[in-house]
Amino acid sequence: MKNVEEYYDIVVVGAGHAGCEAALAAARLGCETILFTISMNSVAMMPCNPNIGGSSKGHLVREIDALGGEMGKNIDKTYIQSRMLNRSKGPAVHSLRAQADKDAYSTTMRYTLQNTDHLTLRQAEVTELMVEDGVITGVKTYSGAVYHAKAVVLATGTYLKARCLYGDVVNYTGPNGLQAANGLSQSLRDHGVELYRFKTGTPARIDKRSVDFSVMEEQTGDEKIVPFSFTNKEEDIRREQISCWLTYTNEKTHDIIRANLDRSPLYSGMIEGTGPRYCPSIEDKVVRFSDKNRHQLFIEPEGEYTNEMYVGGMSSSLPEDVQYAMYRTVKGLENVKIIRNAYAIEYDCINPNQLKSTLEFKNISGLFSGGQFNGSSGYEEAAAQGLIAGVNAALQCLGREQIILDRSQAYIGVLIDDLVTKENHEPYRMMTSRAEYRLLLRQDNADMRLTEIGHQIGLIDEDRYDKFIKKKQQITEEIERLKRCNIGANKAVQELLENNGSTPLKTSATLADLLRRPELDYAKLAPIDPDRPQLDDEVIEQVTIDLKYEGYISRQLKQVEQFKKQENRLIPEDIRYEDIKNLRIEAVQKLNQIRPHSIGQASRISGVSPSDLSVLVVYLHQMKYR
Amino acid sequence: MIKEYDTIAAIATSVSNAGIGKIRVSGSDAIRILDEIFEPYTPRYGNGYWPSHKVYFGNVVDEGEIIDECIVLVMKAPNSYTREDVVEFDCHGGVHVVYQVLSLILRHGARAAEPGEFTKRGFLNGRIDLSQAEAVMQLIESKNEASRQNSIRQIKGNIAEKIRPVREQILYEIAHIESALDDPEHISLDGYGDHLLALVQDWIDQVEKMLSTYDDGRFITEGIRTCIVGKPNAGKSSFLNVLLGEERAIVTEVAGTTRDTLEESVTIDGITLNIIDTAGIRDTEDTVEKIGVERARKEIEHADLVLFLIDMADGIQEEDIHIFKEIKDKKKIILLNKMDIGETFSMESLKDYVEDDTPCITISAKYRQGIDLFTKELKKMMFHGTIDEKQDFYLTNARHKNALEETLGSLRMVRGSIIDQMPEDFFTIDLMNAYEMLGSILGEAVGEDLIEEIFSKFCTGK
Repeated sequence: MKNVEEYYDIVVVGAGHAGCEAALAAARLGCETILFTISMNSVAMMPCNPNIGGSSKGHLVREIDALGGEMGKNIDKTYIQSRMLNRSKGPAVHSLRAQADKDAYSTTMRYTLQNTDHLTLRQAEVTELMVEDGVITGVKTYSGAVYHAKAVVLATGTYLKARCLYGDVVNYTGPNGLQAANGLSQSLRDHGVELYRFKTGTPARIDKRSVDFSVMEEQTGDEKIVPFSFTNKEEDIRREQISCWLTYTNEKTHDIIRANLDRSPLYSGMIEGTGPRYCPSIEDKVVRFSDKNRHQLFIEPEGEYTNEMYVGGMSSSLPEDVQYAMYRTVKGLENVKIIRNAYAIEYDCINPNQLKSTLEFKNISGLFSGGQFNGSSGYEEAAAQGLIAGVNAALQCLGREQIILDRSQAYIGVLIDDLVTKENHEPYRMMTSRAEYRLLLRQDNADMRLTEIGHQIGLIDEDRYDKFIKKKQQITEEIERLKRCNIGANKAVQELLENNGSTPLKTSATLADLLRRPELDYAKLAPIDPDRPQLDDEVIEQVTIDLKYEGYISRQLKQVEQFKKQENRLIPEDIRYEDIKNLRIEAVQKLNQIRPHSIGQASRISGVSPSDLSVLVVYLHQMKYR
Repeated sequence: MIKEYDTIAAIATSVSNAGIGKIRVSGSDAIRILDEIFEPYTPRYGNGYWPSHKVYFGNVVDEGEIIDECIVLVMKAPNSYTREDVVEFDCHGGVHVVYQVLSLILRHGARAAEPGEFTKRGFLNGRIDLSQAEAVMQLIESKNEASRQNSIRQIKGNIAEKIRPVREQILYEIAHIESALDDPEHISLDGYGDHLLALVQDWIDQVEKMLSTYDDGRFITEGIRTCIVGKPNAGKSSFLNVLLGEERAIVTEVAGTTRDTLEESVTIDGITLNIIDTAGIRDTEDTVEKIGVERARKEIEHADLVLFLIDMADGIQEEDIHIFKEIKDKKKIILLNKMDIGETFSMESLKDYVEDDTPCITISAKYRQGIDLFTKELKKMMFHGTIDEKQDFYLTNARHKNALEETLGSLRMVRGSIIDQMPEDFFTIDLMNAYEMLGSILGEAVGEDLIEEIFSKFCTGK
């Protein structure tokens, strides 16, 4: 018998949100790429919540788009509702979130993949890595076929040795009853890769016809929609939107949960994996926030052409009968019919500290990885890593310099730096608080921050790049104009100010000065600014934010300067931490494990104290003068 | 091997013919060297057996020849000044003997320590924080009792004690704001602005209070820059001589600076004055004299305190009026000299030139009268009546002052943001800055240049 043997530049394992971005990026950069999936029906599947974006995750999606990734475009094509969250707060925490038509999202992405040059989709289970002298050479599938490659990207999601649980029921499958991938874990171990066991969970899907929406609060979409992709304008994607519904758990719900905690595999000890603290099951919430007498629940449509609805906020691994009982205590769900049970899923993933900041394995050259396989959670986190892993695999293939985004450039930079540097014992979720420089890393300026880099990589075409340059120029010019343009204290001006509850002018002021007043905005100043140019809303938004928050932005930029100083203080790759006698043993171990590239990165390693850092700094200083 | 972590040795006492001379050795070879060169009188010790924190008596021996009879202290890691093995030799004094013992130790594998290196190791090994390390340096250089006490308190960590609680509270609030951003369902920020405003105000008060001790602190450690002015023959020199000749005064000559003026340092009742005797000030056409006058003006400008001597016998003259103008905005004490022959002087004549609260003291430099009144006034003016050596905290370090000033600036920004009703996520930018700045005082976020600079200032042996 002869096995199939083929040659590619890049192999991508897994066609979830990470794998899709990785494969598209690699193929678009001209690398012959093959993308493996366990089932052609689960490409870009959304096995949990039916939305893309949300707090800080929306930032990731816009960054992916600015770099030339696909997620933003795909959700713009398949959304059924869109909202900008946190509008009452500062611009740094405004977050875009869209409800997706799950099936449409998946098939649209598959269609894009299938019609991308240099990209092959293949349904097969990869079971083995081929490594020679610490360099990846390809993969083998369950059938014995061999695929040679210059680089491999692993994006296996939650499929490795997966099992799904509720109550005492265990299914040895991946999400949604899909086949698990049982071979690859052992191969990874054989090549010295350290594995973790994580778990996550999902709520029940219920029948729309069994829900009483009249007692719930309707959540409609925004009137004015902001597209995820910077290539789209509002009018390109405007559509009729579908509502979500808000309801709450109550004490009765909590009583039932408490009474049945011992039947949860989480508490009975059947689940070994560590779950995400920031995306807790309803059992966890009831235990941890025992003083709260209710929790929010969002009833969200799974798509336009389905009656299935998602019970956001109530994931669980309690037994089937308890699930029925607890869901039916919720207002509006008294007669609810469950279509799919809530369940917890356990899976193998890696300790991401084994990766470089490029997402390449430190000890296996040419092997990259992204997504939940790296111990993260969430579609957006997965896509972001997939994009970077795919780009770097391709750049390596092409003999070009790989890219690393730092913490002051992008949420993606924060995400990857956290994963590869910090100790992480639960599925990592992106959060606003993780980004130190969030006033600079806004969702509205992701294109300003990253289009240039996307263009350098080769994922942003000239047409889009020219538009970006024009927008940038318009912003600069308009800010200059507003700062230059003096307004006298004449009657029209005073009247306008008074009508807007703003203090009248004593002497003349610039338009920029007026725009900085909290009660005024760009539109309100129109009557006293007859010479203003015709500008897009996106340009006006940047101008307004840059001027209104100028002081804060410049102070944050100063902090970034300090940060960059530490990041640019490089540690030689061949440093021997054992030789630095005054380092504590724990610090030596940690530094050896992470092998930070800079003092800045070293300072973020848990277990490396400020005095360890001083020792290291002085050591490096003396090496210079040795 | 990097020189940083070998074994170092240095003479820790001042190199003079004093009663004893102490040599300190620190590093992993310290015990081995002790083994090789020291023979204890008690035979059960030695040969590698040196229990920690004990005192040993015996001879330092070089190839069979006794060099000195010493007392030896052994402090093993980590319970030592450097957290390394430390051995201290108390030799008989005399420059020669101490140097012989030191050179023997160096021949046995230790290296002569660089300035500040022992303390640097203490810091690097996590025994002390940066503010404590800096205090050690100040202690060594302290000129008077108050300065010494303040340094000792700082070594014990009292700056850290003041700063840490504020820093921790700031971090707690940052964390609170951020967790509320991420979990608005469970953590509410309703009414949070008012809560934070009260806290920020409290932090501002605390930092301002710390900063307010800086001048006092500087006066204590560095002395008060004092300018003596007056027309020629008003008695400046004799007054200076009186101060210098005071029994309680300790006089140090400060060697020629770039100035031509001689600076004298004198400590009276615990107050150190760095005195600059200036040329007289008057309008003049003479070029040479003009230079002198210009210089005097500069000295006055930089002085913390001006002592103005007026000749009571002459009364207020043209030149005095001129000086009054020059020192109008300075802290000053008017010394009315020659009280013995100045009965005709009218205090009323001063009224036009000095503010009501400016102290005017009649003295006689010649007969040493009124000096007590002068020192009393000095204390009142510069230290609010008394130098409280027990006051728990004086800020004395310019680096700390700058960091605290920046902290204060950031906290005021936060206050402004709250009052302007900015969204909460704006607060964290400046809160973070305040947090980092306070951390820089403790050495929890310092760059390499700073560490090197601070330790290069240390004197050897500490």
